[in-house]
Amino acid sequence: MSARSSSSYADNDDEIDYSDIEAKYQVHFDEDFDNTLVVDGIPIIDKSKLERLLVKIAKEFSRKGAPIKQEDIFVPWDDAKDKSKGYMFIEFQGVDEASFALSALDGHPFDAKHIFKINRFSDIERYTNLDETYAEPKAEEYKPREHLRSWLADPQGRDQYATFRGDEVEIHWHGKPSQCEIAYKHPEPNWTDLYMSWSPVGTYLVTLHRQGVRLWGGASWKAQQRFAHPLVKLLDFSPCERYLVTWSHDPIVVPEGALQGPQYFSPEDEGNQMAVWDIASGSLLRTFPTIQEADDPSQKRQMQWPALKWSPDDAYVGRLTPNQQISVYEVPSMTLVGKKSIKIEGVVDFEWCPQGDRDRDDVEKDAKSEAKGPKKARENMFAYWCPEVANQPARVTLLAFPSRDILRQTNLFNVSDCKLYWQNHGDFLCVKVDRHTKTKKSIFCNLEIFRVREKGYPVEVVELKETVTEFSWEPKGERFAIVYSNDPNLGNPGPGITVKTDVSFYQLEHTKNDFRLLKTLPGRTSNTIRWSPRGRHVVLATVGSSTKSELEFWDLDFNLDDRREGQISKEEWGSGIQQLGTADHYGVTDVEWDPSGRYLATSASAWRHTLENGYAIWDFRGQELEKYILDRFKQFLWRPRPRTLLTKEQQRVVKKNLREYSRAFDEEDAADVHKESAELVAQRKRLVDEWNAWRSRCHAEAREERASTGQKVETEEKHEEKEEIEVWIDEVIEQTEEVVVE
Amino acid sequence: MRPILLQGHERSLTQIKFNAEGDLLFSCSKDHIINVWFSHNGERLGTYDGHNGAVWTIDVDSESKYMVSGSADNTLKLWSVANGKCLHTWEFPTAVKRVAFSDDDSQVVCITEQRMGHQGAIRVFNISREGDGKAQEEEPVHMFNPIGSKATVCAFSYQPGIIITGHESGKIALFDVKTGDEVNNNERAHNDVVTDLQMSNDRTYFVTSSKDKAARIHDTKTLMVIKTFSTETPLNSAALSPDRPYVLLGGGQDAMSVTTTSTRQGKFETRFWHKVFEEEVGRVKGHFGPINTIAVHPAGSSYASGGEDGFVRVHHFEDGYFKARPYGDVKIEQ
Repeated sequence: MSARSSSSYADNDDEIDYSDIEAKYQVHFDEDFDNTLVVDGIPIIDKSKLERLLVKIAKEFSRKGAPIKQEDIFVPWDDAKDKSKGYMFIEFQGVDEASFALSALDGHPFDAKHIFKINRFSDIERYTNLDETYAEPKAEEYKPREHLRSWLADPQGRDQYATFRGDEVEIHWHGKPSQCEIAYKHPEPNWTDLYMSWSPVGTYLVTLHRQGVRLWGGASWKAQQRFAHPLVKLLDFSPCERYLVTWSHDPIVVPEGALQGPQYFSPEDEGNQMAVWDIASGSLLRTFPTIQEADDPSQKRQMQWPALKWSPDDAYVGRLTPNQQISVYEVPSMTLVGKKSIKIEGVVDFEWCPQGDRDRDDVEKDAKSEAKGPKKARENMFAYWCPEVANQPARVTLLAFPSRDILRQTNLFNVSDCKLYWQNHGDFLCVKVDRHTKTKKSIFCNLEIFRVREKGYPVEVVELKETVTEFSWEPKGERFAIVYSNDPNLGNPGPGITVKTDVSFYQLEHTKNDFRLLKTLPGRTSNTIRWSPRGRHVVLATVGSSTKSELEFWDLDFNLDDRREGQISKEEWGSGIQQLGTADHYGVTDVEWDPSGRYLATSASAWRHTLENGYAIWDFRGQELEKYILDRFKQFLWRPRPRTLLTKEQQRVVKKNLREYSRAFDEEDAADVHKESAELVAQRKRLVDEWNAWRSRCHAEAREERASTGQKVETEEKHEEKEEIEVWIDEVIEQTEEVVVE
Repeated sequence: MRPILLQGHERSLTQIKFNAEGDLLFSCSKDHIINVWFSHNGERLGTYDGHNGAVWTIDVDSESKYMVSGSADNTLKLWSVANGKCLHTWEFPTAVKRVAFSDDDSQVVCITEQRMGHQGAIRVFNISREGDGKAQEEEPVHMFNPIGSKATVCAFSYQPGIIITGHESGKIALFDVKTGDEVNNNERAHNDVVTDLQMSNDRTYFVTSSKDKAARIHDTKTLMVIKTFSTETPLNSAALSPDRPYVLLGGGQDAMSVTTTSTRQGKFETRFWHKVFEEEVGRVKGHFGPINTIAVHPAGSSYASGGEDGFVRVHHFEDGYFKARPYGDVKIEQ
């Protein structure tokens, strides 16, 4: 021991016990190999290539931010074959560097055939020391989970809706008047801090909290999943409900000692604002920063939300970098498809083409036939547009993905803005082009309609002289409605100003194969079009005005029943449009159809104004069914329904036998009315009996008390004595005497 | 039938009252004047002049001989109904907010406001019915200062010496006038100012209205809430219909915020609610300001409402009203 030998008086003092000091100051050799990694999956090579391999591997590691020197690599050698053994040891400076390299390069593809598999050296040791005898793990007791779509099995086929008032969220059933009831009310107030939302097919209810997002579902409304994104403000689901995107204004901060794991943010996510989550597992897939718009404040637009756009089958997610590119990621790996973004100079917006029932069936068929023959299903596609740049005209492009084939491109001139509207089954795409005149003083509108199902993607143009403020496709249909206006107040909204608008319907005419005006409704104030999710019915509403709040209920196939009976084609173009009713909901801010297209809900939210907040439910003809005026009412949301499970055949059978079914329902209704009225009568009788009992008790008590205190006791029957006086007044008007001569 | 519009006031109405027979209608207003009208045709019979401030409250005895009024000029006046002469004036340090005759017309209770360092007080006066009525005792027989939230409305209960009060906090209480003790109370009867209190015929229950947008029927003895009528607007008045099972509610947006809202949002309608089923059965429009006070004819044949707009509207019910049986034939005790 050096300490001892260097000491001058240590020799004569052997008894002193230095062991504690020794123990304290002894230099510890780093005996654990935590800074050493075992890298597997290295190509097996012979001596001549060793040098090159080491260089390449060192480069690969440094590229990923874990620089290593060649000297630190040890390659075990199989002398018998004179080849490497296919793995190597790498020693790092410290444990942290090793951990980083492990996380960065484990599973990293080195080349086409080889993927790094990295483990800690110490782990290898642990694995080898594992007890080889197989101990049967205890089977965890199976706890059946609630069916998340149990609400669909409601025997009465009712829909649900959620209301948010004050700090209370309630889930209601909505059906016939006797069947409307509260389905669930959370035991504590403040179920959500900001607002609530349903997932796209209604499986989950989402609540937002300071800590993040929670999903609720099942018959008992238990918490199903949570995503820890502090101060989350916005959220968006993928269409098939597999993924969730959250956004917070505050960049992600991972404090010291924060929980780590696949469900939490790691230090690499710091500074980002947007997160993508896998709903089933709850794990974080990736985070993104919000894209900074151009610094020029005049160009500053509101952030687009959803910022990530999902392909309809949840296979891809696209992210737009304005003016530069569209990056499409594969889900769930969240890697850039083809390792590169689609560079499009000046790109402003893009939209995925939705899938129709037909596409979904095709996809299913393809999956069944397993790569036999050519795939029938349509490839995913999206449309994007770029404005005029330099000498290039503005363009709208239809692009297939992942093949990246340009399917159709049209050039446009004098464009100030474009909006892309896909019909919900992906049959048509309408590009609403706001064009300015040469002087840039007035704006008019073109509708460029792509017929996506047809060969060559024909485009047709509907030219209008006015500004179109609202455009809406009929779901599943071949019609669309527009609201347009040339009101001078259009550009400068102010309090009390109601913009005069016209509403037009267009329909695809099959003989000529173009879109033709069906009907124009002039002189409206409507600014909102809401098609029934089943098509045919449409509601025009004046929303957000302080003076007008009209709702118009229209049927576009009013004579459909006649037509079935054989009078096809005779009818005039546009004669099937019929107004079913009008209504008024003062201060309406939101209009929403229920998923079945039978009812319409309108609500006046306290987020917009505080006058007559509340909601009303109407049937499709505009008859008011329920109306509640509730102060501090904030939000009304129908619970969405997933796609029907019935095949086309089954649906056809149902439609054919509709009369028979409806007879059963009518009987049920009649019985219901009886039962309901009987219940109501009984309830009222109870109330009356209670009241009368209380009254007679009061009478008795009061009489007794008055008697005991010597007050005048009112006689029970106090007949008011009415004296009836009959007065006859004889008035002599004229008196004549006549002599009758006999 | 068209309502009769009584245009005799220049400012908003504060209280209206039918006499026991229902042939006369008394109205008082912030314009210092008390008017009396024939209820069947709306002809004005006369006025009671003398107050120098807004007249907050009036009450008529059961013989229609005397009328009392309380005003912001800090006086309580006793009037002869027949000739409009002021018989006696009591003066207080603060305004009189509410007056009420007792069942046997022998006493009057009044509430004076808590203001300018003076405590709110409840006083009970004996009313002498001898002679021409000018000889009245100057001093109250009972006087006390209720502690806590100040009283806004009051009435005699059916038990002698007990009065019912409604308070600013929404409390309803019973006071023994002799001792000034709070005999019973219901702190949570309402959540806001109690604006009106009207007794049933036999005084065993009463209806209150409040700014908390609800009206309630209470048991006089226990002060238990028997029925609740929830509306979407602050209520200023609630009245019981004597022969039909309805309560009449009136109110509307506060006078302050009225100018910023249109009439359709103001909800200046008289609402008819079924007393037992707690369901609204109808509304009567008309006023273009909040309704401040409602009174029902003692025989139930008509009702009148007085509004912030300065008008009194007398509505005579039509045959249909009496024939209508919206809930079938149910016998409901009064």
